Amino acid sequence: MTTIATTPDAVESKPMGVPRINLGRVAAHLALLFFVVLWTFPTVGLLISSVRDKDQLALTGWWTSLAHSTLMAAARPDTADKAVQEGDHWVIKGNLFGRAKGQQIETFGPTNADIGKNAAGATIPMQDGGKLTVEANGDYVWNFDQQPTYSGAPRIYYVTGSPPRFTLENYARVLGSTGVAESFVNSLTVAIPSTVIPILIAAFAAYALAWMQFPFRGLIVAVVVGLLVVPLQMSLIPLLRLYNIIAGGINDMAGHQVAESKSYLGVWLAHTAFGLPLAIYLLRNYMAGLPREIMESARMDGASHFKTFTTMVLPLSFPALASFAIFQFLWIWNDLLVALVFLGAQDDRMVLTARLVNLLGQYGNNWELLTAAAFISIIVPLIVFFSLQRYFVRGLLAGSVK
Amino acid sequence: MIEQIIGALIAVAVALAAAFAYFWGSNWLLDRFLATDNSMSVETVTRRDLRRSSIRPWLFVLPALLFLALYLVYPVIETLRLSLYDKYGLEFVGFANYAWAFSDGGFWQAAFNNLGWLIIVPFLSTAFGLVIATLADRLWWGGIAKSLVFMPMAISFVGASVIWKFVYAYKGPGQDQIGVLNALVTWLGFDPQPWITIPYLNSFLLMVILIWIQTGFAMVILSAALRGVPEETLEAARIDGANGIRIFFDIMIPQIWGTIVVVWTTITITVLKVFDIVYAMTNGEFQTQVLANYMYRWMFISGDYGRGSTLAVIIMLVVIPIMVWNIRRANAEQGTR
Repeated sequence: MTTIATTPDAVESKPMGVPRINLGRVAAHLALLFFVVLWTFPTVGLLISSVRDKDQLALTGWWTSLAHSTLMAAARPDTADKAVQEGDHWVIKGNLFGRAKGQQIETFGPTNADIGKNAAGATIPMQDGGKLTVEANGDYVWNFDQQPTYSGAPRIYYVTGSPPRFTLENYARVLGSTGVAESFVNSLTVAIPSTVIPILIAAFAAYALAWMQFPFRGLIVAVVVGLLVVPLQMSLIPLLRLYNIIAGGINDMAGHQVAESKSYLGVWLAHTAFGLPLAIYLLRNYMAGLPREIMESARMDGASHFKTFTTMVLPLSFPALASFAIFQFLWIWNDLLVALVFLGAQDDRMVLTARLVNLLGQYGNNWELLTAAAFISIIVPLIVFFSLQRYFVRGLLAGSVK
Repeated sequence: MIEQIIGALIAVAVALAAAFAYFWGSNWLLDRFLATDNSMSVETVTRRDLRRSSIRPWLFVLPALLFLALYLVYPVIETLRLSLYDKYGLEFVGFANYAWAFSDGGFWQAAFNNLGWLIIVPFLSTAFGLVIATLADRLWWGGIAKSLVFMPMAISFVGASVIWKFVYAYKGPGQDQIGVLNALVTWLGFDPQPWITIPYLNSFLLMVILIWIQTGFAMVILSAALRGVPEETLEAARIDGANGIRIFFDIMIPQIWGTIVVVWTTITITVLKVFDIVYAMTNGEFQTQVLANYMYRWMFISGDYGRGSTLAVIIMLVVIPIMVWNIRRANAEQGTR
């Protein structure tokens, strides 16, 4: 997108007002920055979270992910009866973390107040007698000169720190075990034909509606414009019934039903039809805007409408075709409703959006899986969007009724 | 998996081949059977020319018309019919389904929430879009800013729902919050809240997702319209001593009013159809139901064709005024072309 920045120059050339205008411009910069941050923050959070270590992700906010995070905690060593004799003294050994290993102790102490006093590896005297050494990995050794007799075990307070950890493990897990990879393929399977098929059909119709004379032309255009806004909900029930009837009617020799009412073919045709109003509308507007002289000179040369269309109008309409293709692809890739209704939610058929909803229900709190899966589902549209933004915007400007 | 993609590509090839065969074939047949040459009389040539040119447009539009008729026009009529029939679409029940809807608490709740969506989402999306467009067009990095604000347009409603569910994530008091919203709230000294379960506030939080997506759309369209405002009128206003705010409200907004209405209605239609966000975030729980999701529930969970159709028709009734207005506008544009 290009911006035409004529306004500020004109404002700045006004005498006397310079300081106030500058203040206004600073405010404008800040306001815009505020909006941009607000609008990108959630997506950035998703992206960063998807590559964070899953234990860190579950405990601290993603905005702290670059910081070295520390955590205060306490644990008890074993009770006195676990002491074993080693030569002339008694020893209690163990690990403060128990089963939850993988943290690093930075400092520790016998009370909450001196939690930061002793670095890992230090040896300190204990109130219950003996000397305690705690290593960074949580291993402790408590040495006594004689058999310890304390009742219960004292608390040891410690600070653990974990350096920022980033990993692609979440993606590996999501792709490997949750069906996201299969769904990615399903989404492609739905989207590719549904994007390509309507284009040619719409282009011919659009040309006829733009440049050919025939009865009911105005009516058809009006119907197409009307259908642009018909809610999909109106189509679902009758089509599903129709699909059921058709599938029920296709039998093999033995009379068993062989066709399924929920199939890729059904989804392709449905998406094709649902995309046609926008396609016809966009392309017709574009083609109608082509210079009349081109058509007329072609007709003068004896070219038929068919030839004019295929050799001149179709190549000239490439930008509009591209706009529509992007729209249609994004719409299908991001669609949930049509896929749910006409393809269903069986495990092997789920498209990415349906899978994501499924994961939300199944792993509601496993954000490492959800964020990675969500990012996989949005990466394709984002690539399409950023690489073809110009066509996308052009299409949006031309067809902003859908 | 690979077979599946190959299957899809084959489908593309077959479909394209069929389309080529149809369009080229039918035109070839037309030219062949209604061919003219110099040996024919003038009347025959004229007659054949006329007939050819009256048939050809229909060859061009026929496939599109068939698709539209089967997938959009017929279902609209059929849905209207089914809304007057019972659960299985067999027995005529008159307006019983409508009577049910208007006495059903769930329906009113959904309708009430939808009304909220209809008022808040188009308003805030358009307002934010307008403000961002105005700011971005004056600053050197406006292009980048617009791209970033526009980006959510490419993200699916479901993907956006995951993104925002993470923003609203809740952990009990005393723990570190991993959701941005609760982190902010606790940082300000308040207790964290399970946002998604708090009625009416949660509906608004779902609306935020759609606003986040649609603002980019409003911004792009309005930015183009703003650039169309003639520089002379702005200059004249400045010479008369109007400040930036006055120029914005008294000169710019009236000039792009038509575009604002278009953006508003377009977002309104999107709002009416919104299903995915509610389905993914709450599935209508915690009093967040909307009509589109309620319709889905009656149709696919309860398997009630009559009530499902009735709800679809009610959504459609709200769209019709916009549809009529759109058609009129398109006709008017055609008239001036």
